[in-house]
Amino acid sequence: MSQQALVAPRRSMTQWLDSDAPASRRQAMLGTLYRGLGAVLANPSSLIGSIIIGSLFLVAIFAGPIAGNASPVTQEWDIRLTPPGPAHWFGTDDLGRDIFARTVFGARVTLGIVMLVSIVVAPIGLGVGMLAGYLGGWVDAVLMRITDVFLAFPRLVLALAFAAALGPGIMNAVIAISLTAWPPYARLARAETIAIARSDFVAAVVMQGASTPRILLKHIMPLCLSSVIVRLTLDMAGVILTAAGLGFLGVGAQPGTPEWGAMVSGGRDLIYDQWWVATIPGIAIFVVSLGFNLIGDGLRDIVDPKSA
Amino acid sequence: MIDVQDLSVTFRNGGRAVRAVKEVSFAVADGETFGIVGESGSGKSTILKAIAGLIAADAPALTINGTAMGTQRNKAQRRLMQFVFQDPYGSLHPRQTVDDCLREPLVIHGIDGIDAKVMEALADVGLQPQHRFRFPHQLSGGQRQRVAIARALILKPRILLLDEPTSALDVSIQAEILNLIARLRSSYRLTSILVSHDLAVVAHLCARIAIMQNGQLVELLDAASLRSGAAKEPYSQELLAASRGFTRATA
Repeated sequence: MSQQALVAPRRSMTQWLDSDAPASRRQAMLGTLYRGLGAVLANPSSLIGSIIIGSLFLVAIFAGPIAGNASPVTQEWDIRLTPPGPAHWFGTDDLGRDIFARTVFGARVTLGIVMLVSIVVAPIGLGVGMLAGYLGGWVDAVLMRITDVFLAFPRLVLALAFAAALGPGIMNAVIAISLTAWPPYARLARAETIAIARSDFVAAVVMQGASTPRILLKHIMPLCLSSVIVRLTLDMAGVILTAAGLGFLGVGAQPGTPEWGAMVSGGRDLIYDQWWVATIPGIAIFVVSLGFNLIGDGLRDIVDPKSA
Repeated sequence: MIDVQDLSVTFRNGGRAVRAVKEVSFAVADGETFGIVGESGSGKSTILKAIAGLIAADAPALTINGTAMGTQRNKAQRRLMQFVFQDPYGSLHPRQTVDDCLREPLVIHGIDGIDAKVMEALADVGLQPQHRFRFPHQLSGGQRQRVAIARALILKPRILLLDEPTSALDVSIQAEILNLIARLRSSYRLTSILVSHDLAVVAHLCARIAIMQNGQLVELLDAASLRSGAAKEPYSQELLAASRGFTRATA
């Protein structure tokens, strides 16, 4: 009896969230969120992915305290190329910088790139795709041919051209990646929009006199968003690898910036004698890419069980 | 109220053109319920969508409430008429609650007192306040169709277009929804057009009925002659006989 009393409040909370007769808009929204979260956590791959990416966020936010007093940029020439040990967990590189601190601070750079690319790519892809799909006709033809043109650019080559024109740097790498990454999103959004625009609930809002922007933003976009988000998380690994590749080629992050790709590149010549210099950031790239892929896989299973 | 003059609709798909509706003319008086029956593919739903402005007619053919209308309509013209769709599973946005769905038309037209109007609309179609924040997947087919009817009536339109509003529902629910439509029609003083392939439904609700075949209007009947089977055209007689024969054979 006392045990039941202890359990009761928690159960009523989940009951409130899972209620099939919510009493307010807030409860209906939180209930949807709760069920979505439950689905994410019940799916093994998205659960593991969430844990990895969640940790990445925590590491990026608390990079200072986690790295302790080690600085990612301070060079100590007398301890160059120290192997991993108690003083320097991941060892030091050829300039005597602490690799643990550099890897931890590298999470910020990586997350920054990932978020900037998403912020640029998702709106452009959605906007172009939804307009083309909803308006059809010549708007569709023009927008899709422009999309085809951008689709034809090889990503790394365009990035190299950008670096040559604007000078190397993370921002230019982000611009180059974004410019080549949005076309698949436009195609995805267009296909979804064409299917959704035929549905009766869109005809109903047209009958109500809703404006085209309102129909697109309030009624069509929420349904396109889920597949775009799935695609985005699945692409994140590719974005991280491209950013790292640009860093490796020397046109992304500049020397000194603790960027994982550039760190791998810096340790390339030492790989046989001082394996840790290139391996540790390489493992970081691998784990984070894996995390994003797992989340994407899991989300795809949840959002669209048919295509799994 | 609604005047249709030589309405033709052609669907073009690549090089192929299909004339779904061929020079159909009829008029619906204020407050009247007009029925359109015909087999699948006879163009009856297409006529309704053309009147609604969802499909373009080949040439201007519609005069509604004294104004010629095409597919481009302003808010006031849109508000004049609302639509109830056939499939209650496809006509509600899957990510919007009943509340969102009923609120949207009021927000679009900048109407005040949204909360009270939403509650009133729910009560009007026989839904409980507890249904207000449910998502469509948490409702039954009949409840969804009630929501769709509430959504159509919340703007207080003068014309209601009904596209087989009961054909996707269970037989027991069909009667409920039909009675609901009949009740709301008189309390809102609606002019309505009902499209159906079910002669019994049309005879129950409509005073005058158009019979369609292959995109053409075959005959205009009143409900009494539909019930007595006094159709002049051979196709209409066939259709009536078919529906009677079917009921006798299954009884």
